[in-house]
Amino acid sequence: MKRLRSVALALIAVFITAAELQPEARRSGYDFASPETRAMQDDDTANPGMLWVGQGETLWAKKAGAADKACADCHGDAQTSMKGVAARYPAFDAALRRPIDLEQRINRCRAERQKAEPLAWESAELLALTAFVAYQSRGMPIAVEDKPELRGARDLGAELFHRREGQLNLSCSQCHNENWGKRLAGNVIPQAHPTGYPLYRLEWQSLGSLQRRLRNCMTGVRAEPYEYGAPETVSLELYLMKRARGMPIETPAVRP
Amino acid sequence: MARVLINLPARAKRGQVIEIKTLIAHPMETGYRLDGKGAAIRRDIIKRFVCTYNGEEIFQAELFPAIAANPFIAFCTVATESGELVFSWTDDPGQTQTETRHIAVE
Repeated sequence: MKRLRSVALALIAVFITAAELQPEARRSGYDFASPETRAMQDDDTANPGMLWVGQGETLWAKKAGAADKACADCHGDAQTSMKGVAARYPAFDAALRRPIDLEQRINRCRAERQKAEPLAWESAELLALTAFVAYQSRGMPIAVEDKPELRGARDLGAELFHRREGQLNLSCSQCHNENWGKRLAGNVIPQAHPTGYPLYRLEWQSLGSLQRRLRNCMTGVRAEPYEYGAPETVSLELYLMKRARGMPIETPAVRP
Repeated sequence: MARVLINLPARAKRGQVIEIKTLIAHPMETGYRLDGKGAAIRRDIIKRFVCTYNGEEIFQAELFPAIAANPFIAFCTVATESGELVFSWTDDPGQTQTETRHIAVE
């Protein structure tokens, strides 16, 4: 029985690998965007995401919570202390014994060090701080860790990515591994590499997190989306970052 | 206070054509949308944008509900003399945001 199971697992693994993207075939969502959208991302004075980065810079130095501390009081100059940090998230949190993403890390810091209320998901403040921190890693390759403690979450993420769900009975992989570059109605299907989050989506007319994007996709296939911050969404984020390992961070990116 | 990004050269040669780019955070609520309970969301857009150069108006724009959130406005002018450029955006509730930038002309 055990042997049968391992054969079955190996077969699944082979099947999954067959549909995987080859590293050299990977392309950022930037490459699928129109020249106008790319120009908007390339010019920091035209990129609306920079409005949030600017707000984040202000918040970084602003004291908050009962401890009356600012991010800068512990971390100092973000340009040096936060360089490369976003490229490593989601990362394993030793106290929680599970991976957490950058937004959750910021809120943990608020709760533990600043003794402040957590910022709401997709609030302007949380997006601004996340964008400001991630901006410090712009141009650096994605480098999520390969720790054994993260294995469970990574495997869950991989499984969710390949699992069909919703009334349309589609998996992430069917669109983003097998049919990228083709069109879904008016839009080109990208490969789903989370290189530029939080990013400015013209459709949203706002900055948004990777969690928001994932929930959008789930609603799109008419599945019940996971809650913000659910272990399933963080696992998916982790899997996607691992899948995009080595690709440069573009935060704040601009997408249609 | 809304967040603003303004880009113009800090210095320019007399007679040089310079490009000025402005971006302001604003919801540009059209007034045509309904909220979760079916009630109309009140219109809130930036109606007018004006730029003056040493007190003289060099550019103005009227904005309408079809313009997306966080409007980006870019225009050109001729650098005539050193001084101040004042940018102001006025929205439906009547609030005006004003920003000043300096330019040195040689």
